[in-house]
Amino acid sequence: MKFGIPVYPGSNCDRDVGWVVEKVLGHEAVYLWHGEKNLKGVDCVIIPGGFSYGDYLRPGAMAKLSPVTEAICEFAERGGLVMGICNGFQILLETGLLPGAMLPNKTLSFICKFVHLRIENNQTPFTSLYRKGEVVRIPIAHAEGNYTCPPETLKEIEENGQVVVRYSSPSGEVSEKFNPNGSLNNIAGICNRRGNVFGLMPHPERASEAILGSTDGLKMFQSIVEGVVRA
Amino acid sequence: MATYLVKVFISYRKGILDPQGVAVEKAAHQLGFTKVRNVRVGKYITMEIEADSPEEVKREIEEMAKKFLVNPVIEEYTYEIEEVKR
Repeated sequence: MKFGIPVYPGSNCDRDVGWVVEKVLGHEAVYLWHGEKNLKGVDCVIIPGGFSYGDYLRPGAMAKLSPVTEAICEFAERGGLVMGICNGFQILLETGLLPGAMLPNKTLSFICKFVHLRIENNQTPFTSLYRKGEVVRIPIAHAEGNYTCPPETLKEIEENGQVVVRYSSPSGEVSEKFNPNGSLNNIAGICNRRGNVFGLMPHPERASEAILGSTDGLKMFQSIVEGVVRA
Repeated sequence: MATYLVKVFISYRKGILDPQGVAVEKAAHQLGFTKVRNVRVGKYITMEIEADSPEEVKREIEEMAKKFLVNPVIEEYTYEIEEVKR
């Protein structure tokens, strides 16, 4: 299958995602320059991490105005699979494809470390190969991953099962102690109502080969392939 | 046509925890400014806009705020407009 990876000025995880797609999964990756509106017939878009436009104004605020983002929004509205990692998640929030917003981490620092995540919903195209409640080890690397949203939105996304991954202990306990950045309800990743758009702060592409210290992220990419190839 | 100077003030909405504001408040207290409360850290943006009237400037600013300048989920804003005398 064909994965599209948009590249904004300041993206820095685009090649890492491309590496996983091509070298680890054996599928095709095409890079989509931010000024282009053509998604080149891809089956899935993965918006990579980094600091698009230097995080000027707010992370993702500038990138949402790019022609490629406009094309991604249209693709998502037609039901296309879109995953946003880290800055990619922030961009999805700014576009409104996903609800909520990011605040600076409660620690006020850039946090770069492995964390544990509990898979809350395995009925999405991005998590279908995980067990519900499975705990995975994947790194985070961000300064603004403190997810927030209005109380009525929180209620809605919780009730609809849109909270896909939560920060937890190695045994799956979800509490403030295992919340690295202050995120509401330990939220690490959410999907839209329809389930075709998914954003998360942790970096599954940095946990997809044993040499990187974890292969727990690989199943996210494999879930996508499984869904598309089976369909 | 006249030139207008616009000052936009953006801050987190009430009820949104502002981690920077909390840190600044703690620092103020440590320095002995113990009466300081509710510190909020925001953004201050200035710009000049060519327009026929302050009403036109107002429309421009509000449209810009809606499109990208402000994220209404977490932020609120106010602005001031003054004509620039050359």
